[in-house]
Amino acid sequence: MADLKRRHVILATAAAMGGLVIGWSAAPQRRRLTTEKPLAVSDGQVALNGWVKVSSDDTVTVMMSQAEMGQGTHTGLAMLLADELDADWERVKIEQSTLDAIYNNQAALIDSLPFQPDDHGIAKRVTRHLLGKLLREVPGLPGTGGSSSLTDQWLPMREAGASARAMLISAAAIRWRVPVADCRAENGHVLHRSGKSSTYGDLAAQAARLPLPKTVTLKTPQQFKLIGRPIRRIDNAAKLNGSAVYAIDVLPPGLLYASIAMCPTLGGKALHVDGTAAQALPGVRKVIALPPVAASSIMSGTTSGGVAVIADTPFQAMRALSKVNIEWDHGAAVGLSSPSIRAELVHALDTQEGKVHFARGDAAAALKSAPKTVQAEYEVPFLAHATMEPMNCTVQFKDGAATVWAPTQAAGFANTAVAKALGIAAAKVEVRVPYLGGGFGRRYLTDFIVQTALLARETAGAPVQLLWPREQDIAHDFYRPTYLARCTAGLGENGKLLAWTSTSAGSSMGAPSFLDSSTDGASNTAYAFANARIAHITVESAVPTGIWRSVAHSQNAFFTESFVDECAAAAGQDPVAFRSQLLSADERHLRVLHRAAELANWQQALQPAPDGAKRARGIAIHRSFGSVVAQVAEVSLTESRQIRVHRVVCVIDCGTPVNPNLIRQQMEGAIVFGLSAALHGEITIDRGQVQQSNFHDYAPLRFNECPAIEVEILASSDPPGGVGEPGTPPIAPAVANALYALNGMRLRRLPLKIT
Amino acid sequence: MTTLNINGKMTSVDAEPDTPLLWVLRGELKLVGTKYGCGKALCGACTVHLDGEAVRSCMLPIAAVQGREVWTIDGVQGAQIDALRQAWTKIDVVQCGYCQSGQLMSACALLKKTARPTDEQIDAAMSGNICRCGTYPRIRAAIHMAAEGAGGSAQGMTVVNK
Repeated sequence: MADLKRRHVILATAAAMGGLVIGWSAAPQRRRLTTEKPLAVSDGQVALNGWVKVSSDDTVTVMMSQAEMGQGTHTGLAMLLADELDADWERVKIEQSTLDAIYNNQAALIDSLPFQPDDHGIAKRVTRHLLGKLLREVPGLPGTGGSSSLTDQWLPMREAGASARAMLISAAAIRWRVPVADCRAENGHVLHRSGKSSTYGDLAAQAARLPLPKTVTLKTPQQFKLIGRPIRRIDNAAKLNGSAVYAIDVLPPGLLYASIAMCPTLGGKALHVDGTAAQALPGVRKVIALPPVAASSIMSGTTSGGVAVIADTPFQAMRALSKVNIEWDHGAAVGLSSPSIRAELVHALDTQEGKVHFARGDAAAALKSAPKTVQAEYEVPFLAHATMEPMNCTVQFKDGAATVWAPTQAAGFANTAVAKALGIAAAKVEVRVPYLGGGFGRRYLTDFIVQTALLARETAGAPVQLLWPREQDIAHDFYRPTYLARCTAGLGENGKLLAWTSTSAGSSMGAPSFLDSSTDGASNTAYAFANARIAHITVESAVPTGIWRSVAHSQNAFFTESFVDECAAAAGQDPVAFRSQLLSADERHLRVLHRAAELANWQQALQPAPDGAKRARGIAIHRSFGSVVAQVAEVSLTESRQIRVHRVVCVIDCGTPVNPNLIRQQMEGAIVFGLSAALHGEITIDRGQVQQSNFHDYAPLRFNECPAIEVEILASSDPPGGVGEPGTPPIAPAVANALYALNGMRLRRLPLKIT
Repeated sequence: MTTLNINGKMTSVDAEPDTPLLWVLRGELKLVGTKYGCGKALCGACTVHLDGEAVRSCMLPIAAVQGREVWTIDGVQGAQIDALRQAWTKIDVVQCGYCQSGQLMSACALLKKTARPTDEQIDAAMSGNICRCGTYPRIRAAIHMAAEGAGGSAQGMTVVNK
């Protein structure tokens, strides 16, 4: 990458974060250990650094910047700190952190830069260094996304635990007047070799008066007590008896409830609102028109304008909403439909070369001279996130300050967006993040939070909770975009892959142009192409698009892994053997691929299904978010030619497996999520309106459709990679490839349908 | 005023008779363990027990509930829910957890009727409950474990063959 572009990336990133920061290049390097303002503590509690507090009752409280949306990050991150601290795991609790810069998610931003995943060159290192330095100075970027929480806090959490442990040991040594070297920590105690011991709670106040250690020693993997073990989730109990609090469950005194109808045409707004009939109904407080609201401060796209009713109870608000007479200004998108959007993508591919995201050798010449060429066109639809907890938020705006209870993946963006909407300083906004009922990328955006803030201006200081009905949630998402991709490959006489080209067309997923990730998973595959050209044409439409579990990998893995399978077939080679050749220089990928094939008994014919239907296997392998995942799907067709997936074998190399239990959960969940999309998911547009509205026509995978899932985690001592998303990309191509193996049907469009 | 029998207590609520039970539970009674997911009885997040049957409370008007016994996740008791909660914990079923109130109520109603359900009976009882986190394989394993008395140890188990 040219120097100019690199600098552009850094500066543009900085600008997007909200105006920095004088002299950032001269700012001192600081470790991510202490917060600008000291942590708030309760009686008998002290903070040993910005990540951990210890109470006199021996409770260890880990400061948590990351949102728990099911991925298990609260458990995984707390394990890192607790292990280095030698804490008693039974006494570890979680508390939401403030928006201090030490909690900024550096890994998520660094990973979004346009470098090859295995590029360890000077350009990438310099950029990472500068960006890391920069991010230590800007508060409010603790995003939860990009499967990055463990990667980002792998060192800070461990260093904080080790630092606190050293302080507790020092405090004990001072108290006992013994050398530090004669003391050690174990399970929430400091022990002296004489047999003397004190609990952390007993030592904490004294430890807190000591200076921070200048250096800390981290454990070796052999010394880990928690890391690497299948620890159960710490959020289990509350989620089994109804006591876990999601944003939809907060009950501040005097809470009012709001329901909303947005303009059914994307980008439209209310032109005229007659709330007379609604206002006459019991419990109704106000009928309010809401303007279109931006996705977030850095993502493009807007949520349509709408009308909200505020009432004393949730059902009063919903019922009254249906009595409001609304005349809509449908806006510019009324002419838009799925066929017209598709036609634009086709036109773009017919007429444009696209921006090259990766090139090697001379693909055009190699194609021309190849004895055999393979061509295919693939397509994926718009997809909604459909989190089980619909979009909602609660805001109280009183005495010039706002309290926000938000199911958000981006508390910092929520903070600034609410401050802007209410015209108050960011310091006057407190964002509390309860458990999230799913996120999948939808909750990185702040549209529903800003809507609620606007309603909170109308309630004279009373808190108001806005809940989107499911129909609004489906029809006003920021969708995984529809993409079209054309792929061409050249094969030699011996079946060797000589050239590979692909050009895709589709939206930028709301990202600013300097963070263009549209070919992630296509331009940076591990396949060693001798000659390649991978390009993309950005084509926007009025349909707002965003980030959806695994982002561009969700479409690009389908294109790449389907097409490599087609190339294997055209070369007359076994799909595993063909991939192995292309990956022969990449031991990590080979290990994952071969273990998946072995576990699935790839070489042996499958028995028919219990009803006698023929079964077949397909394989796919994909790297994303620092982890490599291979999956083998076993499929058959029912008598009515419906696709059934019987079993999925999944192998992951995610670096150091911090908690194998959580990793397995994420693989299982990501496979089910990806199967919902592969078999059912499709959002379509007619006259500018989303045609789906609820789970009958936007159908997630149900219990009876779920395959048996077998997961193996490969041992590794590399730093941890992501696990929340990497399980999703391979499943759709694995199933598509299995259907080809079953009876030669090559399905190139999602969702997979036998016609 | 309507009087309802909820979690073993007679409870008066001031709501119109066509108000769905879900919104009386959540809005009036502040029993927020029962979740809203779709409002159309499509996803099962709002599942409660009505005279022992698993029903979706989001489309059930309170007029239809009078004189009948309602139990929610916040109050449900008995050997089955205890065994299910134990199994759910041992197998670490939950992820985001939002749908799990409904999952547990459906599973509990199943075990009350069928002490040792087959996979087909589990499919039939549980296919009305959607989970976007994909906990289905673990739910199946946990129901089997609960039915067997929650005696086993299956931490980290994932191989769940149909």
